Amino acid sequence: MKINFSPERIAVIIFVGAIAAAPFVIQNNYQIFMLTLIGLYTMLTVGLSLVMGYAGQASLGHATFYGLGAYITALLSARMGVPSWAALIAAGVLSALIGYVLGVPIFRLRGHYLAMATLGLNVIFVLIMKNEVAVTGGPSGFTDIPPLSVGGFVFDSDVKLYALVWAATLAVLAHALNIVNSRVGRALRAIHTSEVAAESLGVDANSFKLKVFALGAGYAGIAGGLYAQAIHFISPSSFDILVSIELVTMAAIGGLASIWGSIFGAATVVLLAQFIRDKLAEGLGLTGELEIIVFGFLLAIIMVLLPEGLTTGGLKLFREWRTRAKQ
Amino acid sequence: MPSSEQLAQLILSGITQGSIYALIALGFVTIYNVTGVINFSQGEFAVIGAFVAITLSQKVLLWHGQMTASLEWPLPVAALIGVAAAVLIGVLLYRLGIQPSRNASPLSQIVVTIGASIALRGLVLLAWGTDPYRLTPFTEGPPFDLMGAILTRQSVWVMGLTVVFVVSLFLFFKYTLIGKALRASSANPGAARLMGINPQWMGLIAFALSAGLSALAGIVVAPVTFMTFDRGLMLSLKGFVAMIMGGLTDPVGAVVGGLILGVVESLAAGLISSGYRDAFTFAILVVVLLVRLGGFIKGRKGEALERAGL
Repeated sequence: MKINFSPERIAVIIFVGAIAAAPFVIQNNYQIFMLTLIGLYTMLTVGLSLVMGYAGQASLGHATFYGLGAYITALLSARMGVPSWAALIAAGVLSALIGYVLGVPIFRLRGHYLAMATLGLNVIFVLIMKNEVAVTGGPSGFTDIPPLSVGGFVFDSDVKLYALVWAATLAVLAHALNIVNSRVGRALRAIHTSEVAAESLGVDANSFKLKVFALGAGYAGIAGGLYAQAIHFISPSSFDILVSIELVTMAAIGGLASIWGSIFGAATVVLLAQFIRDKLAEGLGLTGELEIIVFGFLLAIIMVLLPEGLTTGGLKLFREWRTRAKQ
Repeated sequence: MPSSEQLAQLILSGITQGSIYALIALGFVTIYNVTGVINFSQGEFAVIGAFVAITLSQKVLLWHGQMTASLEWPLPVAALIGVAAAVLIGVLLYRLGIQPSRNASPLSQIVVTIGASIALRGLVLLAWGTDPYRLTPFTEGPPFDLMGAILTRQSVWVMGLTVVFVVSLFLFFKYTLIGKALRASSANPGAARLMGINPQWMGLIAFALSAGLSALAGIVVAPVTFMTFDRGLMLSLKGFVAMIMGGLTDPVGAVVGGLILGVVESLAAGLISSGYRDAFTFAILVVVLLVRLGGFIKGRKGEALERAGL
């Protein structure tokens, strides 16, 4: 058997190796938890990147499905006695299903309207979670969510959670890459370039958009479930519009149409937020506002200067600069 | 069944709130017609205008309570500076954010304005903190009694000034040279350009005008409802919904849409559930979008929809 060592494959091997080695190198639990968070946000960003970058559809309410997964997991496992692993699977499946059903009317809209409708969806979701106190715990949140346990093995330590989340993240990444490099991915890119042209070549644009939206919702649902099981506590503010916008920032940094960029975007935002909170803000005697200001400007600046994201856009700029230097 | 007094009360407060949505929606329409951009930081201008006016006219704690401002300037001066501050930020947003990305997709441009909105929200939080502030009402005195409903003096100010602002804006568009140039470049940018109208300048004026209008809305409403750093996004969303209700490009429609939105929201919050106040807005939006746009408007207003990417 001949093994193909293309540069991409080597990069993947190094990446997976680094993920596996990280908990042995890093002993600090807080740092491990940060890496876990990056994994969760990567899952969310990958889904968003599929919807926005590949299908070219504005989705400014992605946190809805993140929250949906978290609340479904919480309700099923803490209130209804469903085993935690089944609750997690249900979170993924139900979020995808709900995403599909909500997508039917939403994807009749385009452009600005679509952006608005997805934002509205997020607002309504948070309001329901805040107001239905008997079911969701209201604004003060849902407590005592059991950790994931499979056959007596409980994922309760930072390292175990890290392994769990990154296993899920890698599975999501592999799945998304598979989709992108398949007929579906080509169809999505065709829709992005020109919907009319794609349709005239026999691509059912609406059906593809719906499916990819549902898929993104499913990824987000799993991430939400894992988040609930890792933190044991969820509240509506963890899933509001600002979180959706943060996810757009991550996708934008990574380049909207880039699966690998999603990891880069998620990591940049999580680490930058941590750096601002722990180092800068304290030094300046500030709290959360600095983070908001930096990310707001960052999002605007990236969209103005490098709409293709830091990775793709940066490479392009570099190439342009080099050809210009040669001339 | 609610009493007629209760209904009158809800409708009155709905009109007061709706006036603000109407002004913000007008700002949306002005920018959209001239530049084709949906500016999500529109609500932020209202917040900034109100906070600047409050800071200059009454005692306010700044910068985490480390600084106290007690300038107590007269309200008109404070309001004017509040509006000027918002106009300046609007101009900066256009020059630094929108103009450089004018060839980007509508999605990218929306995201630029969302980024700006988040950054502005952070700056407001930095300067004024999380405390709610209320501007002193424009005139002192007891409220009026209207068919058993209470009408505060400030509500009268809100409604009256909204009428004044809307009428002067229409006069501006109709009779001044700049107003005509703005209308020309929204009706046909190409032809306007051939007539020597610079679209860049028109975009700048549209942003300045809308920012000022939103700031006025924020200042007028600040005595009725408390102003907090995080109100901007919701004001933007409501203004945008009102704009969509009015048919996206129609200024009269936007004003009517804003008023209807305010009244429906107030009635729904008062009679059904106050916790879901904001959800009703989006329920209305969904109905308007799915029923009207999918149906009978598509043929007649095809042009407007095309510009929205539909």
